[in-house]
Amino acid sequence: MSDETFEPKIVGFMCNWCSYTASDLAGTARMKHAPNVRIIRVMCSGRVDPTFVLKAFSLGADAVLIAGCHPGDCHYQNQNYKTIRRHAMLKYILPQMGIEPERIRLVWASAAEGQILADAIDKLSEDVRKLGPLRWADNWEENGERLEALESIVKEHEEAMEVQP
Amino acid sequence: MSEKPKGKMAFYWAASCGGCEIAVLQVDAKILDIAAAFDIVFWPCATDGKTRDVEKLADGEIDVCLFNGAIRTSEQEYMARLLRKKSKVLIAFGSCSQEGGIPGLANLSNRKEIFDTVYKENSATFPENPDDLRPQHETEMPEGTLYLPVFYDTVKTLDQTVEVDYYLPGCPPEGDNIWAAVTAILEGKLPDPGSVIGAHSTVCDECKRIRTEKKIKKFYRTWEIKPDPDTCLLEQGLLCCGIATRAGCGALCPEVNSPCIGCQGANEGVQDFGARLISALASVIDSEDPEEIDQIIKDGIPDPIGTFYRFSLAKSLLRRKKQTV
Repeated sequence: MSDETFEPKIVGFMCNWCSYTASDLAGTARMKHAPNVRIIRVMCSGRVDPTFVLKAFSLGADAVLIAGCHPGDCHYQNQNYKTIRRHAMLKYILPQMGIEPERIRLVWASAAEGQILADAIDKLSEDVRKLGPLRWADNWEENGERLEALESIVKEHEEAMEVQP
Repeated sequence: MSEKPKGKMAFYWAASCGGCEIAVLQVDAKILDIAAAFDIVFWPCATDGKTRDVEKLADGEIDVCLFNGAIRTSEQEYMARLLRKKSKVLIAFGSCSQEGGIPGLANLSNRKEIFDTVYKENSATFPENPDDLRPQHETEMPEGTLYLPVFYDTVKTLDQTVEVDYYLPGCPPEGDNIWAAVTAILEGKLPDPGSVIGAHSTVCDECKRIRTEKKIKKFYRTWEIKPDPDTCLLEQGLLCCGIATRAGCGALCPEVNSPCIGCQGANEGVQDFGARLISALASVIDSEDPEEIDQIIKDGIPDPIGTFYRFSLAKSLLRRKKQTV
């Protein structure tokens, strides 16, 4: 699905110590990158509960970016290894729900790697643009027959109630 | 039991297996106390009664309605709305009404796919159907129009359909907890509306197995190993959902060497059962190598949605599989 006017909505969870600082650096250094990421600062990429990711999708995000310190560099020793495992699990379950695994991405960007983060944002925006919008809540819509059927039950019962024994 | 005027109670059964209807009897002889305190005005499984009898009641005339089953057809939605209107207190009784339950797993398909399987591809359920007939909402017959309920694409929970006052978790709910709920109703000591009537901790808290540090290199299916009877099942590599599941069952399954499958639903404060389970399992997988991690997950969990959302897919944040247009 290609849509000329489609602007991907990406939620980006960035760790306070590396990636958020990297995005700050990208900003102060005036690096150009796609404007599609809404950044949410978290203390550690390990703080990103899978609930946050699924909630982002259910509320209309087209993709989720999780950015943290390089493995071995975690401010909280080894929490970003948990991130690797959570990301692996999420990537594994999403296809069963019909969501392309490319819509969730994990990148490592240290405080000095503003350019790496900017490039990752560009790449993800580009990839998601190709995938098209997700519009998750549309999946919950029931087709028009539903209301009609509900009304017809009321009518049927009214008629049946008129029949006295 | 009391000299107060008798209250009115209703039971109803939507998309569920019927186990909840039987579970009511788990209160044993106390069922007589229930019968002493309440007139059963509607219980299609056990008493004679018609929908029109309910339609004739005044709004709010039923004191308590125990509603089990998910909502997957227009008829069930109609009954949910009707009983909501006629009941002062509506209780979602059991997993299916609370979080979709096993019927909620149908949200991995849609109506067309389900009908294709039942009426076309699966010769065991419908052996001869050369004209590829499907159930229709309306059928014209010489005697008049016949209606069948509309089958929805998506299974919904009771609270995605109407407002629910309380939840009684479990597949099916445990007798003790049913009695606790009935007692609370009789004594007027119900918790805040919207609460789950049940425990506020996890199955692990009730489990007698010995827990140490969890480090898992490989997940096993239940038939692959003979678990040690005293050690935590998860530590032995069996995917036990006890860590994310609400207590209240007394850890029945782990007690008999079988991992918890999460039928009591998510523990207090958990929005998405599967996400909580993923989070917990990711913490205990013993590897820091991305390739090895992928392999451990892939080998050990062949059906991730069925494992993480066995009872709660309809209630989960995503609710269903993506519909292909």
